Amino acid sequence: MTETGITLRAAPPASLWRSVLRFFYRHPNATLIALLALPLLWMVVIYFSSILQMVLVSFYTTDSLSGRIIPKFTLATYQQLLQPANLDIILRSVAMAAAVTIAAAIVGFPISYYIARYARGRTKVLFFLGVMMPLWSSYLVRVYAWKLILSNEGILNWVLAQLGLTGVLDAVLSIPSIGGASLSTSYIGMFVVFLYIWLPYMILPTQAALERVPKSYLEASADMGARPGMTFRKVILPLAFPGVVAGSIFTFSLTLGDYIIPGIIGNSAFFIGSAVYTFYGTAGTFPLAAAFTVVPMAIMGVYLLIARKLGAFDAL
Amino acid sequence: MRKSLFVILVLALLIPLSIAAAQPPAPLTELGPGEGQVDIVAWPGYIESGETDPAYDWVTSFEEETGCMVNVKTAATSDEMVALMNEGLFDLVTASGDASLRLVYGGRVQPINTDLIPSWGTVDERLQNAPWHTVDTDGDGVAEHYGTPYQWGPNVLMYNTDTFPEAPESWNVVFEEQMLPDGESNVGRVQAYDGPIYIADAAQYLMFHNPELGITNPYALDRDQFNAALDLLRQQRLLVGRYWHDAGIQVDDFINEGVVASSSWPFQVNLLQADSQPISSTIPQEGATGWADTTMMHINAPHPNCAYLWMEHSLSPQVQGDLAAWFGSVPAVPAACTGNELLTDTGCATNGFDNFDLIRFWQTPTTSCGDERGDVCVPYYEWVTSFVAVIGGR
Repeated sequence: MTETGITLRAAPPASLWRSVLRFFYRHPNATLIALLALPLLWMVVIYFSSILQMVLVSFYTTDSLSGRIIPKFTLATYQQLLQPANLDIILRSVAMAAAVTIAAAIVGFPISYYIARYARGRTKVLFFLGVMMPLWSSYLVRVYAWKLILSNEGILNWVLAQLGLTGVLDAVLSIPSIGGASLSTSYIGMFVVFLYIWLPYMILPTQAALERVPKSYLEASADMGARPGMTFRKVILPLAFPGVVAGSIFTFSLTLGDYIIPGIIGNSAFFIGSAVYTFYGTAGTFPLAAAFTVVPMAIMGVYLLIARKLGAFDAL
Repeated sequence: MRKSLFVILVLALLIPLSIAAAQPPAPLTELGPGEGQVDIVAWPGYIESGETDPAYDWVTSFEEETGCMVNVKTAATSDEMVALMNEGLFDLVTASGDASLRLVYGGRVQPINTDLIPSWGTVDERLQNAPWHTVDTDGDGVAEHYGTPYQWGPNVLMYNTDTFPEAPESWNVVFEEQMLPDGESNVGRVQAYDGPIYIADAAQYLMFHNPELGITNPYALDRDQFNAALDLLRQQRLLVGRYWHDAGIQVDDFINEGVVASSSWPFQVNLLQADSQPISSTIPQEGATGWADTTMMHINAPHPNCAYLWMEHSLSPQVQGDLAAWFGSVPAVPAACTGNELLTDTGCATNGFDNFDLIRFWQTPTTSCGDERGDVCVPYYEWVTSFVAVIGGR
């Protein structure tokens, strides 16, 4: 805006609107408050207050018959959380989340590397679409599709039977504790589905990190006599690692809290998400559900601290 | 920074947490005009307005006659129903016996005045004074009725007729590892219900096969009986690939997962038979658990007149018969068993009308055993945590 522009508009009468504008011009702090008030209120009311209340409720307990909440401070609910059966649920969820995260990093890195460094033009678009497209379709449809694929009389078993590999599958399924009667009722099947569902969240940040590695670094490394393997270990991997850690935050936390996949695939054993769903949504024991919700919050808090140490947020 | 954090904390805590409890009103003595709507918590498929299948509609006529618009919130388990009623805001709930007493003792539902329900006298006599809705809460020696019976039915043993040419005679096909008639083991080929109340099915099995435990009522288990039932369920855990709580998933598991036997509802049996699957159902020698649902009214029901009108409507033979045909259940009004086009005259017998005495209906386990043993029984609360542990393999 130029000087002329202002002088030309000097004519309009001193309206209320103008005095409001003048007020805000003279009080820059008021401007800031007015702009931030709504989002801040949203933040406080919707986010902080609900989290606080949830933590508060986790210190209550429920009447055993009527299921109504007794609003008195007690640690009984946390004692209950530490019972072996509930600790099992937590350990099971963390183990699954860790396995899925590690596998997603191993599977996702080469794909990201290819997209970032080799794919050009149409191939790149194709790869992007391949990774992104599943995210645009319904989550439930994809999980139910996997239930059919993995089921005892599903396509995967059929293919394996055609190849004469049924014995191999049976051997895998007979592994104690992670096996089961069929892929769709075992932890192995659940792991495969989790990996499929959350893999894009690993690929996208990893690929973004790889894109940011300057080509000149690689050339410099080669000029100094490093073989490709060494360049990869000493230059590419350290520079892309924060991306992998960022991706792992998604895969880990999403697996930790999911309750739909354990309800459809697997052997019905509870995970943190399904425990919260059962205790809150169906059993109405809000305090225990709240205590269960505090667990992944605590785990993710520690996880994020470690991730920060590893530089996952440096690019933010 | 610390100051602003403090402000945020104070603001957050100011948001009201709970709704103040109100005094329970006495039952209505006469009906006023309808309030224009009624909000009902119901099992899926229980209140149909013709949206799933135009032939099954018992809502539209009620809305036209009374001007009360019906809003339905479906709930998949009894626990969910109790939770929804604890939240308030609803008029009615179709509570099963394992929820009804929790609602009564929790002060969530109100006694009803049967004089305001002209069809009360047509209700099946076996249900009129059933203990899961008839309780003397004010201690005057006369029991109050907390609602109108709606429908009932058994938890049948559903089986694959290719695997079992003859109907299984015992629930042992889902409890004990064994060779099935087709020459293969039952490991991974049977299912069980995914709910704490299923512990009663195990107790009922033990009642028949382990008389020395002295189980007389599978819902009133003392510590030893309860532990024996849990041991049986732990043994069953090794046979069960997946427990079922979603009717649709169980249907899929019978088609694609090679499951051949499970406790189930007539609803799934009807669905699978309609799909021409080789499926049938039976009530084995040990008997079966079952559900008997009651339409109960919230203590602070916002639309009491429409609620009473709905309770009356829900007892009409037409509604009862149509619903029984749709859900595979048994009407609470015997008059519905004859002359209903959808149910046909054999429908009641098919769905188990004559099996009433074989069925031990769901009721809420409480510390009080209801007999001379006194207050030594395991309450429902522990049923929930123990069942979660058993499913988790502990």
